[in-house]
Amino acid sequence: MMEDAALNPFDPALGLSRTRRDFLRDAAHLTVGGAFLGASPLMRAESARKKRKIIVITFGGGARDQETFAPEGQENIPHLLSELIPQSSFFTHVTNQGILGHYVATASLTTGTYETLNNFSAVPPEHPTIFEYFRKDLHRPASDAWVVAPSNGFNRIGESDCRSYGQGLGAAVILPKHLLTAASSGSSRDFDHLLRDNYENPLYTPPLGGSEFELRQLDQVLRLSVDDFTAHARTLSSPDELSVYIAKRLMQQEAPSLLWITMHDIDIAHSGAYSLYIDGIRRTDRLCLELWKAVEANPEYAGNTTMFILPDFGRDSDYDAGGNGFQHHRTGDIASRTTWMIALGAGVRQGMVFDSPMQSVDLVPSLGAIMGFHPVQSSGHPIQELL
Amino acid sequence: MQPKDLQAVQFAAYPAQARQTAVAHLDLFRQLPLSFLPSMLREISDYDFKFPAERAFIDGELACLSRLSPAEISDWFQAFSGISISPKLAEFDWVNQPAQFVEQQSAYLWSTHQLDNFRKAATEYGERLQATRPPEHLPLRRLGIVVIGQDVADYSAPLFRNLRPHGTTFTQVKAENGLAQLLDSVQSRARSVPEPYAHWYIDGGAISGNIDPSVTCLSYHGLQPVRSALLSFMQQQIQRPGMGPEELRTRLAQMSPADLGMDPAEDPVLSRFQVKLLTEGSGTQIFSTTFAQWATREALRRAQALTLMVNFAPRQRQLPMNEMLSNQNPNPSLDPLGSLIDADMGAYYHWINQQRLPGAQESAFVAWFQGHALALVIGPTLPRGVQSSSTTSLAELVQLALA
Repeated sequence: MMEDAALNPFDPALGLSRTRRDFLRDAAHLTVGGAFLGASPLMRAESARKKRKIIVITFGGGARDQETFAPEGQENIPHLLSELIPQSSFFTHVTNQGILGHYVATASLTTGTYETLNNFSAVPPEHPTIFEYFRKDLHRPASDAWVVAPSNGFNRIGESDCRSYGQGLGAAVILPKHLLTAASSGSSRDFDHLLRDNYENPLYTPPLGGSEFELRQLDQVLRLSVDDFTAHARTLSSPDELSVYIAKRLMQQEAPSLLWITMHDIDIAHSGAYSLYIDGIRRTDRLCLELWKAVEANPEYAGNTTMFILPDFGRDSDYDAGGNGFQHHRTGDIASRTTWMIALGAGVRQGMVFDSPMQSVDLVPSLGAIMGFHPVQSSGHPIQELL
Repeated sequence: MQPKDLQAVQFAAYPAQARQTAVAHLDLFRQLPLSFLPSMLREISDYDFKFPAERAFIDGELACLSRLSPAEISDWFQAFSGISISPKLAEFDWVNQPAQFVEQQSAYLWSTHQLDNFRKAATEYGERLQATRPPEHLPLRRLGIVVIGQDVADYSAPLFRNLRPHGTTFTQVKAENGLAQLLDSVQSRARSVPEPYAHWYIDGGAISGNIDPSVTCLSYHGLQPVRSALLSFMQQQIQRPGMGPEELRTRLAQMSPADLGMDPAEDPVLSRFQVKLLTEGSGTQIFSTTFAQWATREALRRAQALTLMVNFAPRQRQLPMNEMLSNQNPNPSLDPLGSLIDADMGAYYHWINQQRLPGAQESAFVAWFQGHALALVIGPTLPRGVQSSSTTSLAELVQLALA
């Protein structure tokens, strides 16, 4: 226990509430939204909904306010701050009340329900995913919903084992690392730096068998030759760069209406090297802008795409004696549960900051309200500021 | 099994002093809830390998609880009694494997959304226990020293940003012989109060020269054979079919100094501490900066060091994780600049961890950018958030911090 309040001015709860309101106003000159201002441009005619495209990026795995949008962290996110935020609605107070493991937390984001599955097992979510609601309710084909996932452990995230949804109704999952392993046909030494699967333990998460499906994805979906793909991979420096490359290729070739990309480089923080954690945040910041530029440059996406960017959760506070600060997300304290979300693009009010608390499971019902599907098993609630 | 069913014979596998301590408090244990007791047994079962400060804490806790009436115990542990434990967990051998039980309990608390209640119960218990303890009078005011930035010639971004509001930044420090002066101050304090495990020197590289035996020393370089043995073991385990993260953690937690080739004649308490740094710490096996930071945290938390000096050294450059874990390159390329940033944060965490210990109001702290004129000093009489351009030596800064 800290003994002296004078030496401990950092009550994390107080700090968080103070900085959340002050997050961006000075830096980006944004307006703080309060009680509501009339109908959102997101709610439009049915014809607009049919063309609407949604991209969700999880700013993973696990970034704290103080290294991102809090005043002392803003130097790490120059692209979000100066280029994306001015055209965004920014939600300063997103909480995750679920289990703070990356797979289970991402699964919870996709189902809008706090899942309780084993974080280190390749099992499907228990509740229907956004992809199943989207495809079943709106009668969309399989090619219209895709997930680009960071690790083999995420290979079941596209669809649940819920009986009334489930098999055949989910998203296709593309695992860039598995794709690269298949393409390099076992001689993957050149790509070790792109193939690291998780940073939380030294075990590689479940090895996936077979390579035929991945090579078919490469050829028939991404329309890339093995040689072109591996040649480009050699120019990349991190697994998330590989994911973004694949996502952009997917946008060019398939133009899915619902695209979910999970970043993971930031989780290098588990190694305890603060500089590498910061490098991961800066890289993710750059990659988010790169994806947005790809949206604006693609006629299928420009003007009708709404992008959501949010960390899956935070990391432990510096002041929780049970943790070791940024290194892990094990304590379940306020800092590890509280984060932010950016919404930008079609139908989003620009330059707004919203402080009202929301939960990460509110994302799916909000997307349902925007797109016109009904996530009936989600425990979240639509975010009023988006409607 | 429930705590009320405990028998003395169940502690037969504990080391001698742990067994003696447990059996002497059997009546107390039988009254405690299952959501709490294994956490306590995790500490007691390691009693023989604990630092003096930890033993004193366990002894004090048991003495305090033994003085409570059954009604008072019921009151103290009411919140823990409200935490549910699955039947499967209750069947687990939590007497002999308390650490594994606690790990599984943690997963269960997460999945059943009871973690917040458990945290609240644990915090309230800790505060209640703390309130019963008499104020601790330290024989010396606590001193922390951090040296960062080895091999960094130039760095223009501000350092010690998190610490500056709490102390005075000195910009004209005489760097000559600075490391030796700081080490002298540590050894001088150790000689004046030669208590076991009270004074520490931790080096993220190699320790050069002779250090007074009253200072507990450990280094990343010195543990190289142990790290190699551990990484080899991990590689073997990773290759085994069916190996999962929980299983690997359990196996690592069971490792002893002898398993990693450490000399059994060496100090068993320190050896066990070093093994735990490597088997329980994440990244301590591959990055020297992580090792130095974690070792500092644990030496403060567990040994409650009165003096702790840590000298960060450059860590290896980031490589694919499996390459680092394979440990096949004896001379990896180093990353001094990244290490400086790691160590800057490590200095902040050092101070935070020091402030959690008794005597925080009187404690002193010195952080120095090695070879440069920049240092940050925190002490009860020094102004906070200010900068000084006085020309001064490192030895004088230590005196100022303790003034």
